Amino acid sequence: MSTLAERAVARTPRRLAFRLGGLSDRAIAWLFITPSVLLLLAINIFPLLWTIQLSFTNYRANRPNAALRYVGLDNYRDILSDPDVWHAMQATAHFVLWSIVLEMLLGFGLALLINRRFRGHSFWTTVILLPMMLSPAVVGNFWTFLLQPQIGLFNSAVALFTGADPSSFQMIGDVALAPWSIIMVDTWMWTPYVMLICLAGLRSIPDYIYEAAEVDRASPWRQFWSITLPMVMPFLMLAILFRAIENFKMFDMVNLLTSGGPGSTTEVASITLKREAFEKWRTGYSSALAIILFVTVFGAANIYVRALDRVKQR
Amino acid sequence: MSIFTAHSVAEPSSLSKTIGGIVVATYAVIAILPLVWILLTGFKTPTDSISYPPKIISEPSVEGYVNLFTTRSRQTPEFLASLPPPQTWYERLVRSRNMVIAGPSKVVPRFINSIVIGFGSTFLAVCLGTIAAYAFSRFRVPLADDLLFFILSTRMMPPIAVAIPIYLMFRNLGLTDTKLGMILLYTAVNVSLAVWLLKGFMDEIPREYEEAAMVDGYTRLQAFFKVVLPQATTGIAATAIFCLIFAWNEYAFAVLLTSGDAQTMPPFIPFIIGEGGQDWPAVAAATTLFFLPILLFTILLRRHLLRGITFGAVRK
Amino acid sequence: MIRTMRALGAAAVVVASCVSASAPAAAKQLTLCWAAWDPANALVELGKDFTAKTGIEMKYEFVPWTSYADRFLNELNSKGKLCDLIIGDSQWIGGAAENGHYVKLNDFFKKEGITMDDFMPATVVGYSEWPKNTPNYWALPAMGDAIGWTYRKDWFARPEIQAEFKKKYGRDLAPPETYDQLKEIAEFFQGREIDGKKVYGAYIYTERGSEGITMGVTNVLYDWGFEYDNPKKPYEMEGFVNSAEAVKGLEFYKSLYKCCTAPGLSNAYMSEGLDAFKSGQVAMQMNFFAFFPGLYKDPNVGGDKIGFFVNPKQKYQFTQLGGQGISVVSYSENKDDALAYIKWFAQPDIQKKWWSLGGYSCHKAVLNDPSFPKSAPFASDFLKSMDIVKDFWAEPAYAELLLDMQKRVHDYVVADKGTAKEALDLLVKDWQKVFKEEGKI
Repeated sequence: MSTLAERAVARTPRRLAFRLGGLSDRAIAWLFITPSVLLLLAINIFPLLWTIQLSFTNYRANRPNAALRYVGLDNYRDILSDPDVWHAMQATAHFVLWSIVLEMLLGFGLALLINRRFRGHSFWTTVILLPMMLSPAVVGNFWTFLLQPQIGLFNSAVALFTGADPSSFQMIGDVALAPWSIIMVDTWMWTPYVMLICLAGLRSIPDYIYEAAEVDRASPWRQFWSITLPMVMPFLMLAILFRAIENFKMFDMVNLLTSGGPGSTTEVASITLKREAFEKWRTGYSSALAIILFVTVFGAANIYVRALDRVKQR
Repeated sequence: MSIFTAHSVAEPSSLSKTIGGIVVATYAVIAILPLVWILLTGFKTPTDSISYPPKIISEPSVEGYVNLFTTRSRQTPEFLASLPPPQTWYERLVRSRNMVIAGPSKVVPRFINSIVIGFGSTFLAVCLGTIAAYAFSRFRVPLADDLLFFILSTRMMPPIAVAIPIYLMFRNLGLTDTKLGMILLYTAVNVSLAVWLLKGFMDEIPREYEEAAMVDGYTRLQAFFKVVLPQATTGIAATAIFCLIFAWNEYAFAVLLTSGDAQTMPPFIPFIIGEGGQDWPAVAAATTLFFLPILLFTILLRRHLLRGITFGAVRK
Repeated sequence: MIRTMRALGAAAVVVASCVSASAPAAAKQLTLCWAAWDPANALVELGKDFTAKTGIEMKYEFVPWTSYADRFLNELNSKGKLCDLIIGDSQWIGGAAENGHYVKLNDFFKKEGITMDDFMPATVVGYSEWPKNTPNYWALPAMGDAIGWTYRKDWFARPEIQAEFKKKYGRDLAPPETYDQLKEIAEFFQGREIDGKKVYGAYIYTERGSEGITMGVTNVLYDWGFEYDNPKKPYEMEGFVNSAEAVKGLEFYKSLYKCCTAPGLSNAYMSEGLDAFKSGQVAMQMNFFAFFPGLYKDPNVGGDKIGFFVNPKQKYQFTQLGGQGISVVSYSENKDDALAYIKWFAQPDIQKKWWSLGGYSCHKAVLNDPSFPKSAPFASDFLKSMDIVKDFWAEPAYAELLLDMQKRVHDYVVADKGTAKEALDLLVKDWQKVFKEEGKI
């Protein structure tokens, strides 16, 4: 025990020590856990329950004095039969899928290379980490600047390498390219995330397995498929889980980059939700949408975690 | 060689290592280029920042930073001539553009809000998280796994979805656009991260120390405060910084629940308007200044970064 | 021990900042809320006179246009006490009146002898009345505004350009009077090299997030004969919103966007237009008159280089109304002082000073003065425009109607979804749904 601890003990007021000291372990456990749980109940569960209640009404937050009417499952029916909502889900799914694929490929690739510990790898790793630490909203905002055809860096850089005219294409305003612009910016931001996790996975593989494989004259390619990939898989799946949850909820970056445009091409689910809830003030309707989104994520995450557990045990 | 330094495959040749290194370095340079561009833009004049084609080398100017901290209005040269001569170097700079400083901009109060709300919620979240993590780590709490998953699942709701009832709640309690309201909200969101991270750190502190202390006559609580906490300082610091980074960068709640008094930097920066469109040098200046503390923390936190971004699930 | 002290210190900072944030304001003070733009700066200047005359300090809360509606509608819906006076957008009138956000000013006007006859009729209807065309006043017209156009007079004046234009189109290059002419001029300038840089024809609104593209599109649609509803039967929209002419007008807007605008402006509103024009990218720019004083003073494109013209006609000639009225917030705790501000602001000499500082007064004493058209190069165009204004819905549900139109129109014009007829047909359905929920049909 450190002398600091001894000194601290000596200074503890006797009254306090006596009063608290008498508590049993069980009491302390509850005392320690309850504040956090209460706070989470108040700020997460209570609102969730309220959202569920609101989803069965026609409440509008900008008419607080209007009579509240229960409409049963009308909101849910409206949402599930609305083609625009399905389009938003589609846009979200496209975004989540491709950003994860790209982040996985790039992140894993970079991790493999960095794991060889070439000279200066520590420095370059830190540099690659930086985009991840920015505020997604600020990122979305300055990427509109970078993606501007005339004054932006991106088009000029592409023009430099391909010889095309910088103002001949636009990432954000083009219906075909806009979804790729949000995928590109997200990949730029979060590849280091996947890379770090894969690095941890790679570093957790003990040497002796590889040495044994070499003794067995396994080729590098074989080693990769039979040793590296399976042992990194749980880490990769964890990274995919976290990224998928985050990108499904994504609002900040996409809203500031494209505002969901052009038209509704990149209107991901959160943006639709924000428009219904805070611009049209259709609180009841948007609550139903929120519940649908939450159930989707929660359900998918649950299934995924079970699969992850099974992979981990293998 | 320790068993925990691994190769991905058999020891690669130094040529292939170098090539790999070059590939990584190239990616790093490309990835950092946008940030460097923003840094440079902070030091361009507004005209240069929107020049087409984009200028890489331009006459350096601190106009972006001056514009960030002031509000100005354009006047006719005759009006300007009738004013007393400029006193400070930034006045002179503004006058040279035919404008007059009307007052300070809101950036400093917003920065302070970010600091207050960030540190406030971090402090509370870490306090609550530390004690909850200790309980989960040391005691057999009934339904521990379910409780922990519940705590994690609170992060699965899209912020916009939670914001609807919270907006109503805050409106009824008079907490909209208050620092206190935002601190409570961010604390609740950060507590889940704090509990998970700190549980991992607590798990790594051997129980023998506090058990020895209790054998020596200390109560559980005394052992917690005097023995465990000092050893958890690194973990607590790392957790605190992760919580701070979340609160620092958060946008969705901030933009929906604050508008003036309690507005933080992320909702403020994208709306820094110059005379026409966005004042890009000022936005770049704000982005740079806002990122500097995070840059510092990233470098300090490198060892714990992995743990922090995976909620403690992965430790190097 | 050290840890405890640090913890207490941190807690103290948090508590102190929370407490100070809610400390009551001192002395006599009014907070006026508006959008952050040039006229707001002019109002600050003007307000110094009020402080001098009454000793009441003026505090201002200015918010950029893109978050202006979000911020202040939020504030009003939360019964916030931040604003004593608010210069709210013209479309908020319905909601603000019916939800009790604004103080009704009829009695105050009568008591103080302020009459709405002193103000331009279009501004009274547009900024103060709800329901429209009834004598119920919820605001004093504060800032008159409409959409107009600017153009590069210096480019139009170049002999080579004039000659080439005359050769191609058989008439002189001059500010367009019809939209067909505008399109020709835009095509002429599109992609042309001027002073070593490629320039483009026109700048039009395309913003998706708040109200941008709707303002631009309605500005054009009005000229083609678009109506919001049957003048004889309110809320009957079928055949008026999606009439054959309206469809043609929407197709025209899209063709103008595709042929003759600068690239990268698929989500652009007022500020991007100013940027595009000031950086010399476009020959003509659609924007609100509010910005014209600032543009005229601009070192790069102002003075002799800039010219102005009224929204061209097609079959009819209208222009989209902008502008705001100033209202007293009903949740304010300083209503009497706020009313005093309104009384001061309504005086003719203050209104004249308002115009001279760059604010667009709506008072007849200013606008009908014979010297007004010469007082600025855009003044006569402004007068003409205010005679032909038309406004979007000002219903309490205006936000939903606006967002529906934003979506349908942006989908068609920018995102190439469907045809113009489909877009307008779907819009009619959207609007019918809204009005049904409102109980108006």
